[in-house]
Amino acid sequence: MTGTLESTGIASREMFEKLLPSPERRARGPYIVMECYEEIPCNPCSTSCPFHAVHMDNINDLPQCDIDKCTGCGSCVGRCPGLACFVIDETVGDGKVKITFPYEMVPLPAVGDQVDALGRDGEVVGKAEIVRVLSTEKLDHTSIITMLVDKELLYDARNIRCE
Amino acid sequence: MKFSDVVIIGGGPAGMSAALAAAEAGVRVTMMDRFSEPGGQLVKQTHRFFGSEHERAGTRGIEIVEILRKQIEENPLIEVKKNTDVLGIYSDRVITFEEDHVYGRMTAGKIIIATGASEKMLQFENNDLPGVYGAGAVQTLMNVYGIQPGQRVLMIGAGNIGLIVSYQLLQAGAQVAAIVEAAPRIGGYKVHASKVRRFGVPIYTKTTIKAALGDHRVTGAVLADMDDKFQIIPGTEREIEVDTICIAVGLAPLSELLVHSGAEMHYVPQLGGFVPVRDEYLETTAPGVYVAGDVSCIEEATAAMLEGSIAGVSAAIASGMNRPELIAKREEFVEQLAILRSGAAGKKIRDGLKLIARREQN
Repeated sequence: MTGTLESTGIASREMFEKLLPSPERRARGPYIVMECYEEIPCNPCSTSCPFHAVHMDNINDLPQCDIDKCTGCGSCVGRCPGLACFVIDETVGDGKVKITFPYEMVPLPAVGDQVDALGRDGEVVGKAEIVRVLSTEKLDHTSIITMLVDKELLYDARNIRCE
Repeated sequence: MKFSDVVIIGGGPAGMSAALAAAEAGVRVTMMDRFSEPGGQLVKQTHRFFGSEHERAGTRGIEIVEILRKQIEENPLIEVKKNTDVLGIYSDRVITFEEDHVYGRMTAGKIIIATGASEKMLQFENNDLPGVYGAGAVQTLMNVYGIQPGQRVLMIGAGNIGLIVSYQLLQAGAQVAAIVEAAPRIGGYKVHASKVRRFGVPIYTKTTIKAALGDHRVTGAVLADMDDKFQIIPGTEREIEVDTICIAVGLAPLSELLVHSGAEMHYVPQLGGFVPVRDEYLETTAPGVYVAGDVSCIEEATAAMLEGSIAGVSAAIASGMNRPELIAKREEFVEQLAILRSGAAGKKIRDGLKLIARREQN
């Protein structure tokens, strides 16, 4: 992958890793990663957070998450208009991680499905097992999916292909 | 002749917000729209909007339009003229129009022009082949009528419209073969770009379409690289197989009626084209004529709604409703809009507005 986010639409591994919390926090439970790299006037992540963990002084700021208040609940995942919030859970063990992401396509996968995990460029990066599918009226067609993937795919896996 | 305190021309996000703001301030409003239902471009915006809670952030355009329509319907001070084309505005604020193909006239105390914008076209060989669409038409077919316009689409333009419509094409089950962008950078929000990239849609910057291929309908396109001066680099041409070409290269304000009204106009590229000089409450140099939405400057629907609110409440205040709470409310709207435009994404708009701001008398 060459080029920058501005020319490719793909955030680099370095940009992503800067968003990761401390190793201690990562070992403690699920946490949010807000892949919001560009200042745009928008704040539903902050207003939707039930734990008041996401701060913005000005609506144009990048969201700042107090990761010790964040429980990884995923409220913002379904509210972010940019579909840029992801919950990562590194505590599952067995060389796996859970990645929770927003999904607005049909058909929806079902829990237990084995699907292709797609990378940031839509290429297949590995296999994923669907472990949770949340699609409520309140979510209004932005479903929240959790997939189980190899922990090496922490940065890469951001989507799935449902046949 | 029939009279209305405030006549609003255009029933999109700006016009609807203007109607509500003016009527809530207590004046009688007539809102004219050329389509069978008001709503403008909101009726096809299936994505969640950015912005803050004030501007209904996180809500989809198609839901915002339902909320606004209901409020308008329930407000006894608002009359909506549907299927109505405005033909002319005269200096004494007489408006002539065709309503359901019948000619009519009325006078207005104040006029708010909220006519929106039209899509820009791109010059390339064969650009009149069936299968070449504007992005607005593609959105209308898919999101209003449930018709998928093609199987394999080439998107021209990586601004927010190009990116969002590409995503909606994927949702409709179409393939997006590529998004091409003449500039070296993606113009739209990067979160929108990342969304389509995750589904395998490539974005080619510094690339343009040279020709559409096909005899009776689109069967492909010729792409070519562009240099820093936006000239095609010879020898870089290559073909791509698609059945649909969707053009999303920007919008231009639909400002003819402003010209009619006698408002002073200037060409401001940052705002999208010919736009009127206006004060901070959106009154143009034509007395009693206000402007709001994309016809004022090409921007997001959230900004259009705020501009509508400012123009609506201003028209009411100027009609005699100059109550302190309305003046305070107007300042709130002005401030909300300033905050919305205060970041990096709003720089182009701020630069453009500086060029067009009306110098206050005295």
